[in-house]
Amino acid sequence: MKRFLSAALAAGAIAGATLSWAPARAEDTIKVGILHSLSGTMAISETTLKDAMLMLIDEQNKKGGVLGKKLEAVVVDPASNWPLFAEKARELISNQKVSVVFGCWTSVSRKSVLPVFKELNSVLFYPVQYEGEESERNVFYTGAAPNQQAIPAVDYLMKEESVQRWVLAGTDYVYPRTTNKILEAYLKDKGVAADDIMINYTPFGHSDWQTIVSDIKKFGSAGKKTAVVSTINGDANVPFYKELGNQGVKATDIPVVAFSVGEEELAGIDTKPLVGHLAAWNYFESVDDPANKDFIAKWQAFTKNPKRVTNDPMEAHYIGFNMWVKAAEKAGSVDADKVIDALPGTEQANLTGGVSKMLPNHHITKPVLIGEIREDGQFDVVEKTPDLVPGDAWSDFLPGSKDLEADWVGKKCGNFNVKTGKCGGQGT
Amino acid sequence: MPRLFRLFFPAFALLALACLSSVAPAFADPVDDALARFSADKFDETDKAIEGLVAAQAPTGAEIFEALGAGRLLFDPESKTILMKDAAGALKLARTGEAAPAELGAKPLKPVRLNNRVRRSVEAARGAFALQAPEPEKRVASARAVFKSRDASALPAIEAALAKEKDPSAKEALTQARAAIILVKPDAPEADRVAAADIVADVGDQDALAALNSLPANSPQAVQDAAKSGVAAIQRWLGVANAVQDLTYGISLGSVLLLAAIGLAITFGVMGVINMAHGEMVMIGAYATFLTQGFIRDNVPAMNGVSLLISIPVAFLVAGAVGVLIERTVIRFLYGRPLETLLATWGVSLILQQAVRTAFGPTNREVSTPDWLQGSISLLGVSLTWNRVAIVLFALSVFFALLLLLKRTSLGLQVRAVTQNRRMAGSMGIRTPWVDAMTFGLGSGVAGIAGVALSQIDNVSPNLGQSYIIDSFLVVVFGGVGNLWGTLVGALSIGVANKLLEPFAGAVLGKIILLIAIILFIQKKPRGLFALKGRFVDA
Repeated sequence: MKRFLSAALAAGAIAGATLSWAPARAEDTIKVGILHSLSGTMAISETTLKDAMLMLIDEQNKKGGVLGKKLEAVVVDPASNWPLFAEKARELISNQKVSVVFGCWTSVSRKSVLPVFKELNSVLFYPVQYEGEESERNVFYTGAAPNQQAIPAVDYLMKEESVQRWVLAGTDYVYPRTTNKILEAYLKDKGVAADDIMINYTPFGHSDWQTIVSDIKKFGSAGKKTAVVSTINGDANVPFYKELGNQGVKATDIPVVAFSVGEEELAGIDTKPLVGHLAAWNYFESVDDPANKDFIAKWQAFTKNPKRVTNDPMEAHYIGFNMWVKAAEKAGSVDADKVIDALPGTEQANLTGGVSKMLPNHHITKPVLIGEIREDGQFDVVEKTPDLVPGDAWSDFLPGSKDLEADWVGKKCGNFNVKTGKCGGQGT
Repeated sequence: MPRLFRLFFPAFALLALACLSSVAPAFADPVDDALARFSADKFDETDKAIEGLVAAQAPTGAEIFEALGAGRLLFDPESKTILMKDAAGALKLARTGEAAPAELGAKPLKPVRLNNRVRRSVEAARGAFALQAPEPEKRVASARAVFKSRDASALPAIEAALAKEKDPSAKEALTQARAAIILVKPDAPEADRVAAADIVADVGDQDALAALNSLPANSPQAVQDAAKSGVAAIQRWLGVANAVQDLTYGISLGSVLLLAAIGLAITFGVMGVINMAHGEMVMIGAYATFLTQGFIRDNVPAMNGVSLLISIPVAFLVAGAVGVLIERTVIRFLYGRPLETLLATWGVSLILQQAVRTAFGPTNREVSTPDWLQGSISLLGVSLTWNRVAIVLFALSVFFALLLLLKRTSLGLQVRAVTQNRRMAGSMGIRTPWVDAMTFGLGSGVAGIAGVALSQIDNVSPNLGQSYIIDSFLVVVFGGVGNLWGTLVGALSIGVANKLLEPFAGAVLGKIILLIAIILFIQKKPRGLFALKGRFVDA
């Protein structure tokens, strides 16, 4: 029995780890790696992206593939385990010989695969909003940098809601900490007193928000308009919003603007008490645009679920994948070096009516949208930047990175110091 | 409005005469004017429209604002007609409140959009209009809304309502609302403002604090002093209330821990099985709740309100059945081998998680909260949310029911007999394997019940159990393995300690301090708070 059990366990583990969707073993295919967790804590967010990639690859194959060859998706499961991300990346590049990888969600998983992509010289498309302070030759960042999400959101609250007091609440890890550092510097720049900023961190998966919500209420009763900027991640959001609703904190009293809450996250909450709370993204499913309508229809047909929602990181993969296809066709090859050189300058229509462009710093231009939660779990866009905002790898509001600039076209450097005129050195 | 009308009536009459033969007068009525702004589909214009309707005291104002607040105010982009849909779905003209002509209903109507700023204006406007509502509770609520918004334009309406108010509680609320406006009104007499500060301070809650704090810095000294002493008094009182509040939060967290751990107190505490799949039993209970709710919503919508109560036995049976299955297929071969049990149950937990993920998808499932569990009550400055109160009561009743079961029923007697001395119990004719299965099933079923409660405050996702397994073991070990009372005391003391630490140390550091304290405690008393004594301890 014991042997049977351990055998079953091992079989389960192996099956979970290397599920591979391999259609017809044709020799003449281009392999595309998909590195998203399908089990463990991050599966909640990343599984959707795996499906979105499969759909995009399927669509491209219907159009005839790339450079006359069919694309073949290679899916691996890094199981929300950061060191496993590096191992799986190595497996994709060395064993499976994929030409490009789309993957990662958390910053720590991205940091874990970076050395592998550098060593084996491959290409990674990273689709999630992140804290910035990074630009690597082998990585293309299709999610938002802080200046494409956090700062416009704060601007909106200052302008439209005349907010004067700020609660920066986040989960205790690198993305919220860096984003809050940038926001704190930015707010102080705008003349907000230190007393009017409250910073609060909670552990991953925090579920008891009573004290913090009542602290926020207390902080908000100082007679100045107060807002919460939330970088709370993942599962912790649901109990947070439930507690807000139960303690009667309404969006009209203390609005919460979130950077990690999208359509997918709201699908698990009763949104009636949350109406009016905000989110800042570069894409909302509710955007009225023909390309978006088309994308949603295809997605719902692909997943055979007429209620399946779309979200921002899916759009990032849509843009990134199409940029890669264009760059490969321009370069006439899927060779990593050629694609990396061809990508900057590539343009691709996004799903909100603009045309995004890959910049020399490997970030892209995106519109910034502010949405208010509606009763049906979708967002009502209340503000959209008139132009696309170029992603800035190094924040202008942090002392260490103010003088840094990323340029992989002219200077061939991810952290060029404008002051010293030399490549290299964060915090110099 | 009537007075205005009387004033202007002669003028109207003259004009009407003058224009009798020509085109209709190009006179815009202020209500029409305001309504027209809604169709501009811009937040600024909507805001002005609300202002205009309040200023003109539009007769249909109360209805319009109610529709607007609920997103039921619509406009026809072509004819710019503003319509409202009532709660039953019937279309009415916003101008007159009459039923809308049928052809308008067939057009593609657009809702007037809201953002937070507009929503605030709507609330203040509704407050101003509802001051005349026939029900005293509504008048109190609207006075409270004005107290919060301190909107100076509502002052005349407040004073008019105050003049004819008979109901004492509504009168008090109106006086307070009036004081909140006067306090921050720069052109009010100084003495009035000082008096207002005292009235506001007597309200004594956080809204009052906000009102006193919002006093502009250029106000007269006397007013500022009065406000300052008011703030100090409120803060003194809130300080006491906060301590009580932290305590209630601690008890509430403790009861969540108790619920999560109580099943484990049986499978681990009583039976000695290191059950790493305990969290997954909680998760299965939560999913059973989700399925039950969905089933009731689709088939017997009349029972929606009590679907959560129906989920309790369902979750117990489902999780209990899974527990019995696990015991029969895995654990019974591993009694007395703790390491293997740990590994095997951990494997089971992974399998269950991935099975649920495959069956239901990785995303959260929505379990709705019945109306009677939403919102909060405020007692002397301490606010308690209903769902937390319910969980405290629920946890305690589960605890005592379980205690009763173990102490007063024959199953309980057999369970205790088997765990104290298996061989002797067996020779007395007790079917020990059957008792093992039932005990494990009972522990798992109780974990399932915890899932019903946790579905109200946490995510219903495949990871639900993971976040409670460590805490559950902590509670059981700290309280003393094998003792239900220990679990109760352990859970509550960990909960209260956590919540008392959190305001000072923050959530992250607070948890670390608590863990270190427990490690030190276990060093000193390895058997926990309530250690079992006797021969069978090491059996």
